[in-house]
Amino acid sequence: MSDQPQVVITDSSVVKLPRGVRLRRDPVRNHMVLLAPERAMALDDIAVVIVQALDGVKSVDVLSQEFSEKFHAPKDQIAQDIKAFLTELSNRRMLEIVQ
Amino acid sequence: MNVALSPVPTPRAPIAAPPPMAMLAELTHRCPLACPYCSNPLDLAKASEELTTEQWIDIFRQAADLGVLHLHLSGGEPAARRDLVELTRAAASFDLYSNLITSGVGLNENRIKDLADVGLDHVQLSIQGSSPISADRVGGYKGGYDRKIAVAGWVRDSGIPLTVNAVCHKQNMDQLDEMLDLAVKLGARRIEIATVQFHGWAERNRRQLMPTKEQVLKANQTVAEASKRLEGTLVIDYVPADHHSTYPKACMGGWGRIGLNVTPTGKVLPCHAAETIPSLIFDYAYKTPLADIWYNGQAFNAYRGDDWMPDLCRSCDRKSIDFGGCRCQAMALAGNAAETDPVCIRSPLRNQLVEKAAEDAAAQPGDFVYRGR
Ligand code: SF4
Ligand code: SF4
Repeated sequence: MSDQPQVVITDSSVVKLPRGVRLRRDPVRNHMVLLAPERAMALDDIAVVIVQALDGVKSVDVLSQEFSEKFHAPKDQIAQDIKAFLTELSNRRMLEIVQ
Repeated sequence: MNVALSPVPTPRAPIAAPPPMAMLAELTHRCPLACPYCSNPLDLAKASEELTTEQWIDIFRQAADLGVLHLHLSGGEPAARRDLVELTRAAASFDLYSNLITSGVGLNENRIKDLADVGLDHVQLSIQGSSPISADRVGGYKGGYDRKIAVAGWVRDSGIPLTVNAVCHKQNMDQLDEMLDLAVKLGARRIEIATVQFHGWAERNRRQLMPTKEQVLKANQTVAEASKRLEGTLVIDYVPADHHSTYPKACMGGWGRIGLNVTPTGKVLPCHAAETIPSLIFDYAYKTPLADIWYNGQAFNAYRGDDWMPDLCRSCDRKSIDFGGCRCQAMALAGNAAETDPVCIRSPLRNQLVEKAAEDAAAQPGDFVYRGR
């Protein structure tokens, strides 16, 4: 049982990277990494696009719509993938929930 | 005349190593606290022997070029360096992720603001216990606890994310729940709970610090429960007592694979306790290029790959998981750094180690031997 409600990412969630979590190029290993305290995660192209779009203004729903048009993929599927990825970041405290 | 011609010894082919991910810069050994488990060596460097600002900045630049992503600014107490803000600014200019590992003593509101302004990414604040009396006794510094609470508040105000770091041992392990609560109260996103490791000063305090088996099992359970309860609030990174585990830890993620340490005088080490191994030769970062030290240094290549391993490890299916455990622990307990870590259940020395630990755990703790005092 948890006495602290876990953060749930929904279509209306608005999020951004908190201070202390940042995306940069790793020129030595030639990929993009997301850096957090004691953690470095190599991101694939899709994850990079998602992270770069987290502006603390657009909701998950709006982002899903945009990506669906951009990548010609079903919006539901994209929304699901984004929410799963963001939940993972949030559980690692690598995400700031703006709304 | 009979001259024996011996072939020129071919240097052992350097083993392909990945570029390092992290560097721990021990900026100074000076520290107002005197924790009895401090990982600094018994022979502490003096202020006059420390590297200059320019030397450190040059090392940071080389580290970034080499592939280092995380730079840990540590000590001693890094705030004892007057140039801490300048060093942090330099780290940020090389795009290094900077982490300040501090006791909090020596920081004030303005200095934290300055650090935030120049781009410090993260602060890791140590706590020695969950109450002023118990914490200040372990740290050997009166008023330390209160200062930490204040520092945590200033860090939070600055927006820099905070991790709380606690070394747990016989005399504070029963306060684990309170320390977790404290971390949440201080606004930390993460807590690192590491069970004391018996190198350096801790080795001198075995009877004061060695937890009992019951304490360890209870701590494991407390952490497991808290990890669930606090998911999304507090990330818990826990290093359990290794002699109650079955296999050793991959110390440093494997020798010369993930990270390097630079001492206050510029000596480059594969791990903070590496100087306890007499056969290793260390290079200085102001004399030899860092890349050369990392890829070709004798100390770094000494325990890479599996050539050096005893048969027990070389033939073991876990050798790519734990790499035979901790070299410094093998040195301390088996008298040979190239032995299997005696913590391993497969080591013939394991029983002896567990017995010795049980004896120290049961012992009535005496006075702490404080670091450097
Ligand atoms: S462990 Fe304690 S004594 Fe050692 S550097 Fe850290 S705060 Fe100072
Ligand atoms: S025998 Fe060596 S490699 Fe195998 S588990 Fe033990 S320490 Fe690790």
